Amino acid sequence: MLIKVVGRRLAYSVLTVLLATMLVFVALQALPGNLATQLLGKDATPAAVAQLDAALGLDRPAWRRYLDWLGGALHGDFGTSLVSHQPVLTEAGGYLRNTAMLAGIVIVAGITLSLVLGVVAGLTRDRWPDLAISGLSLLGMSVPEFTVSTLLVLVFAVQLAWFPAVVTAGPTASAGELMQVIWLPAAALTVVMAAYIIRMMRTSMIDVMAGEYVTLARIRGLSGPRILFRHALPNALLPTLNVIAINIAWLVGGVVVVESIFNYPGIGTLMLQAVHDRDLPVLQFIAVLGAATFVVCNLLADLAAVWLNPRLRTPGRAG
Amino acid sequence: MSVLITPDSDPAAVPTGRARARRFALPVTRSTVAGLVLVAVNVLVALAAPLLAPYSPTQPDALSAIEGPSGAHLLGTDQLGRDVLSRVLYGGRYALLISLSATVLTVVIGTILGCLAAYRRGWLDEILMRILDSILSVPAILALLVVVTALGSGAPVIILAATVVYCPALIRVVRAAALSIVGLDYVTAARARGEGFWPVLAREIWPNILDVVMVEFAMRASWIVLLISSLSFLGFGANPPTPDWGLMVSENRSLLTVVPMATVAPILALASLIVGLNLAADGIAKARGIDRITGGLR
Repeated sequence: MLIKVVGRRLAYSVLTVLLATMLVFVALQALPGNLATQLLGKDATPAAVAQLDAALGLDRPAWRRYLDWLGGALHGDFGTSLVSHQPVLTEAGGYLRNTAMLAGIVIVAGITLSLVLGVVAGLTRDRWPDLAISGLSLLGMSVPEFTVSTLLVLVFAVQLAWFPAVVTAGPTASAGELMQVIWLPAAALTVVMAAYIIRMMRTSMIDVMAGEYVTLARIRGLSGPRILFRHALPNALLPTLNVIAINIAWLVGGVVVVESIFNYPGIGTLMLQAVHDRDLPVLQFIAVLGAATFVVCNLLADLAAVWLNPRLRTPGRAG
Repeated sequence: MSVLITPDSDPAAVPTGRARARRFALPVTRSTVAGLVLVAVNVLVALAAPLLAPYSPTQPDALSAIEGPSGAHLLGTDQLGRDVLSRVLYGGRYALLISLSATVLTVVIGTILGCLAAYRRGWLDEILMRILDSILSVPAILALLVVVTALGSGAPVIILAATVVYCPALIRVVRAAALSIVGLDYVTAARARGEGFWPVLAREIWPNILDVVMVEFAMRASWIVLLISSLSFLGFGANPPTPDWGLMVSENRSLLTVVPMATVAPILALASLIVGLNLAADGIAKARGIDRITGGLR
């Protein structure tokens, strides 16, 4: 039964990513006018356009091109950048590593911070710690990444001069160089991401603490920390998992804005460059990468929930 | 995804005594009122901007460029000498117009498709859900950038793109809400009388999912405003010299040390609009026992 559920979930995930690649392909390659004309300019001769069409493989039907792209993508070949004429994966490699570093820090710091704050808010419901945390998280939800980033620059780069306002390192900078400049972008992403997780954690904490088994644990005279860590927290985490997964996937979108503000050489900066240069293969790769990240995160959250849920492990012991 | 009863209900939501006597259809909580007032102020200012603004928002004035706050320019001027206060007053127009159109389209299309999926079930429901999942899987900003690259950044393109990006989550939420209604006896009775989809939707389903749709409206609106202003900030929304909050932040960011108000004022204005929308969504959700956070994806 469990294997069947997991298998079905896996099949859906693959199907979702496949459909997403199709949508992105249609949006980028089937809808707009002739790519060769755009690359060569409006005054290009028809012969030159036809030649470039043939060189790019654009003279073949869209479904053939999609299948070719998909076949290549399955082997790790996402095409060639129209600007640098390098394979997309080579081009994106350095940027990907830098974004992975940024995302890693944000995920570890952001999730820890928001879970702690969410629990505190939930336990002190309607008293001042809760009001402060809830108010701040509402504010965090309500300001876009670019405003958080700008305000952080104003305080920590301009007023206090603790960190540089922009990153001057290129995509090939060493990890050590990036570690010195990564903190402001990481803080900006953490603030926006934490807000949603805090709110979810608070709600589910309140929910769980009102449960009968927590009351029973209290009556049995268990200590506060033991009730919290053994009984309440594992159950409160369950509904929060999906929100965490969504926010990790959202990071891929959020980094576009934040990276562009700090000039951080990550995948978001690469994407904006690709938009400006109309570098379709690179754009397509990043969009598909975003979709795959989203699906994988959600899949992991669902699997973790199945694995964590005590009712699936040992039926009847939930009280 | 699901609609849950939260244990978290606002004490102000429980009507007692005098409050009950004059309670009307909209759930009136303190945060709802505060939120709606903030939103209303933003809308009114945007509408009345030509009357309120002391200067033209777009007319450059080289002689008074980059000035701090003064009697003549309450919030100072930007690098082209334009009055920051006037630009902030006008600055909500683009974001509000685009966001409102996109939100209305999203909610109307999403509600109809969500109800249809719940009503018909079967293969239509199944196919629709798979397609929605795949649209949902592409992060919103990425999807918008892809569309802008392909079709340009005109207002209609952005409205339609935002609608396509935000519809799937809404359809899922409405579908979940409608699923619990279509199984009830009075819907079955209406269908047995031979009523079609539209009459059943209007008379039986719609009144019962109104709460959910209202919360969704406020919540989607706040996300769409965030998205649109981010796009403007990145240079794919409002075009210079249009006064727009997102664009203003990106224009004046380099002068942050010299004239901080030129950047901070549009940020505060934008935040007031979104805080308002969020408070309204929260207030309605709490009053009606709708769990807002699991109510959708961003």
